[in-house]
Amino acid sequence: MAKMFGEKALELIRELHRSSEGTLPPYNDDTLRQVLEEMRALYEENQKDVGATVAGEQGLFAGVQFRHASLERNKRCLLAYLYNRIQRIRTMRWEFGIALPKDIKENLSEQEVLWFNKYSKGLGDYMKSIGDAGLDLTQDMQPPKSLYIEVRCLVDVGEFETEDGTIILLKKNSQHFLRRSQCEHLIRQGILEHIV
Amino acid sequence: MSSTSSAYTRYASTAENYFNIEDILTTHEKIPSKVEQPILRLGFMDTSSDNKDIQPGTKLDLPFWLSSSLCTRRRRIISIDIPKFYKDTDREILRADANVVDLHKHGPFYYAFGTKLLHFDNPEVRDVAESLLQTYSSRFRKIMDSSQNAYNEDTTHLTSKLDESERSVFKAGQCGLNDFQSWQKRQTLKIKMSDMVANHKKRKRQEMEKDNN
Repeated sequence: MAKMFGEKALELIRELHRSSEGTLPPYNDDTLRQVLEEMRALYEENQKDVGATVAGEQGLFAGVQFRHASLERNKRCLLAYLYNRIQRIRTMRWEFGIALPKDIKENLSEQEVLWFNKYSKGLGDYMKSIGDAGLDLTQDMQPPKSLYIEVRCLVDVGEFETEDGTIILLKKNSQHFLRRSQCEHLIRQGILEHIV
Repeated sequence: MSSTSSAYTRYASTAENYFNIEDILTTHEKIPSKVEQPILRLGFMDTSSDNKDIQPGTKLDLPFWLSSSLCTRRRRIISIDIPKFYKDTDREILRADANVVDLHKHGPFYYAFGTKLLHFDNPEVRDVAESLLQTYSSRFRKIMDSSQNAYNEDTTHLTSKLDESERSVFKAGQCGLNDFQSWQKRQTLKIKMSDMVANHKKRKRQEMEKDNN
């Protein structure tokens, strides 16, 4: 059996592969640091060999190539880990809205939270700039069939103010006839239920 | 959005699938290799010998990402041998009846890894490619059939023998079937909770039930 470089880095990838699209495992800073440590050690060994080759020693190429392939592999795994996490966080902005659930937010690193906020801001700025008054792209995920819809409240939320100022009390099991644009968000979040 | 299809369209890992998780897992599969040139100062990799260097002739099982860069047209630091599941004995079995073989057991990425083998100059490689194609086409009909006719039931017994790319095809078929059924039942008019939110709530409920017990 051979020992192999790149095993720790693969653990990160496996972690992501195991978790499903709608979740994120906690940011694995520990394993990341270990991989970076391994990369540093490999790099230093290669520097030594290159120095020795320049000084005239032969036959070191195979080892250098071996370590180089391992370095590239670790790099690929780390980058893919970070990239795929960001992709999922981006999808979450469209699914959960601006406020991420607390237990998901706990699993993000500081930089990832920063990225999420920047992305939300960028998205918001873009949406405001469309047309005269802006356009909410996260609404109307399917073509709407009617302007007003009947909804039933699933959770006690309390008072909800509509666009034209009327205040509606959202108690569990209460039914309302609301404008689609007002409540689509709440339906997608599971607070209201659309009745057809 | 990750797609399994990109894991087997190229036999080298290109810029297109650099970040693809499935491709990274596929390229980790092992290939039996034999060392041709001494690899100095890396003897500790081979736990069966005490040598400081890896001597020529040592047999190691190296992952694809390593063996593909150590065995190219320009330099042959190692030489490779086709892994067992792609050799002639297993190809015979597939030729006899491809539908009974458990391809998930033969490495979950059977087809993707098989296409990666084309990277090497081994003479058997062409036969491997033909066998992959034949196997895929003879198994495909059953997959398509079962994915289009299994509605609202447990499909584990149908997918247990499929490798990952076949499973993603099956899943696509199921999505199509479910979309069609929901259109027929006029469920498409209803705005629904987003899937992610629904799964999240389900998980939270399960955790709270666990905490209460």
